[in-house]
Amino acid sequence: MSTVTTTTPTATAAEAPAAAVSSNHRANVLGRRALRIRQTQIGLAITAVMVFIAFVGPYFAPHDPHALVGLAFGKPSSSMPLGTDYLGHDVLSVLLAGGRTVVWMSLVSVLLGLAAGTVIGVAAAYSRSWIDGALMRSTDVVLAFPNIVLVLLFVSLLGPKPWLIVLLVAAAWAPQVARVARGAALEIVGKEFVESSEVLGVPQWRIMVRDILPNITGPLMVEFGIRVTWSVGLIAGISFLGAGIQPPAADWGLMINQNRAGIVQQPWGVLAPVLCIALLTIGVNMTAEGLTRAVAGGGRKEDPR
Amino acid sequence: MASESVTNTMAAVPSPSSRRVAAGTSVWGWLARRLLTGVAVLWAVGTLVFIATQALPGDTSTIVLGSTATPQQIAALQQQFGLDRPLLEQYVLWLGHVVTFDFGDSLVAREPVTQLIGQRIGNSLVLVSLSVLISLPLSFLVGLLTAARRDRPLDHGVSTVSLVLASIPDFVKGLLLVLLFATTVFHVFPAVSLIPAGDSALSHPDELVLPVATLVLSVVPYLSRLFRASMIEVLDSEYIQVARLKGLPSRTVLLRHAAPNALVPAVQGAALTLAYLLGGIVLIEFLFGFPGLGAALSEAVNGRDLPVIQAIVLLFAGAYIVFNILADLATVYLTPRLRTELRS
Repeated sequence: MSTVTTTTPTATAAEAPAAAVSSNHRANVLGRRALRIRQTQIGLAITAVMVFIAFVGPYFAPHDPHALVGLAFGKPSSSMPLGTDYLGHDVLSVLLAGGRTVVWMSLVSVLLGLAAGTVIGVAAAYSRSWIDGALMRSTDVVLAFPNIVLVLLFVSLLGPKPWLIVLLVAAAWAPQVARVARGAALEIVGKEFVESSEVLGVPQWRIMVRDILPNITGPLMVEFGIRVTWSVGLIAGISFLGAGIQPPAADWGLMINQNRAGIVQQPWGVLAPVLCIALLTIGVNMTAEGLTRAVAGGGRKEDPR
Repeated sequence: MASESVTNTMAAVPSPSSRRVAAGTSVWGWLARRLLTGVAVLWAVGTLVFIATQALPGDTSTIVLGSTATPQQIAALQQQFGLDRPLLEQYVLWLGHVVTFDFGDSLVAREPVTQLIGQRIGNSLVLVSLSVLISLPLSFLVGLLTAARRDRPLDHGVSTVSLVLASIPDFVKGLLLVLLFATTVFHVFPAVSLIPAGDSALSHPDELVLPVATLVLSVVPYLSRLFRASMIEVLDSEYIQVARLKGLPSRTVLLRHAAPNALVPAVQGAALTLAYLLGGIVLIEFLFGFPGLGAALSEAVNGRDLPVIQAIVLLFAGAYIVFNILADLATVYLTPRLRTELRS
């Protein structure tokens, strides 16, 4: 990716990277710019509602999600507005209890993957030696596995434990984040302020943290948004396969798997978690799209024709 | 749509220019090196799979057989996997088997893994190639139309719809299609494929509709963005301005002058799609009970069928590497600039 990744040179140049700004400051500026975009506003609103349901919802559940309150696949009634599931639990109560796992697992796995990928990518770009090549070739190896296959391989061997799935999803994202971080960092490592820090004898790790990291905040924030969307799909998908969250725990992906057999008699058992997952991913992805626009929109006022 | 998200989904397939090699190498030298790295990556993947399945701490035999296994069962299994030998010897033996496509017998189906997979490969190929054959032209058309109507209502409408479609996980899209077309609202297509083992999926076209539609809906939002971006880049170039200034009808400019040049990313696009679909079919085949490789993998995972898991994982990784090399080759072949750079 030598000199060719200059799709938005004007944007970066206009924002002339100043060595002094911190990552936090950059993130704040970008965040505020993103908040003015309608997509971010809608996306954040949807995300907030879904996260609220996932974490506060359980306290409003009409029944105990583990209590058998009726026959299997019962139709909706006044006390059970979404009917009952494959064993006779209240679908609404299970639904309210089943969002927490997918939300925290997605978030933590992306944070871990982002951190690991950033370290690898920045180190590779800044090393300017064989380490770069070695790191990038090892990311090739992980990238050759489709994400879900990587996760399934290790889950089948070590068992369906939530923390294992979080680590595996993080491991699946790390190489992809590393490539993005490396590409962005390569544009920075040659800049004068990095050289001046080197001349001054600033330690390498400090240059990476203080000089390089703040200037690649934009692409990393975009990565964060997109990866959360994909993590929700991946983690819910693994539970849907039966290889993730195990019963009796409540989980949206698992609910779909359990209630699939009754999809004709009692579609709510499937439709409700399906809608929840869809809304969560739509909300997160719209926010990510707004962030992307804020980052890409950079110094430009309008789209140059 | 901002270009970042497009390049982002492309992360696995770098742009052709990033694959530039130092001047002085021939196309053949480049190709040889590309093939060599491909083989090296595949070897590393294989080693990783070996480490995961055989060398990882933990007793493989109890993982496979469960804690209720009899000593005889465990001994038989250890012999089958060669678990009683030193690790290095196991590794060499295992590599030798893998290179000759000998994955042993399935622990569940009690038949050779190659035979089990052989039946499934055809079905997955049908599913994937149908999805690609529909997605590519459709995405190109959508990309062309939205690029030509840039920032008009059509463009905005399509971009909103594709943003929403791209957000929703594939299997959730598939379930929505099932709920809509197979169970509650309409009863047009079967919700679950009932293709007998050994039967080709092509002889059951109605059972292909929903799985293919799901995969198409998953791929088209990304691909059409890709085509829109490449079309816009072409439309902004000088030769198109010249063509417009000559007074050529805009339809001619669009279809004759611009479209062919916007097609080059189709190659990388196709590779990207194929690579994406490798992972995509796992959940979709499971969802529709479609007898392909993806469903075989999830069955093997649930049944802890290690030989089958090993074989399918290696097959997926190998296919991914091959798709990428083919895409690079085709891109170099189609882009005169890259060809010249390689020669000079």
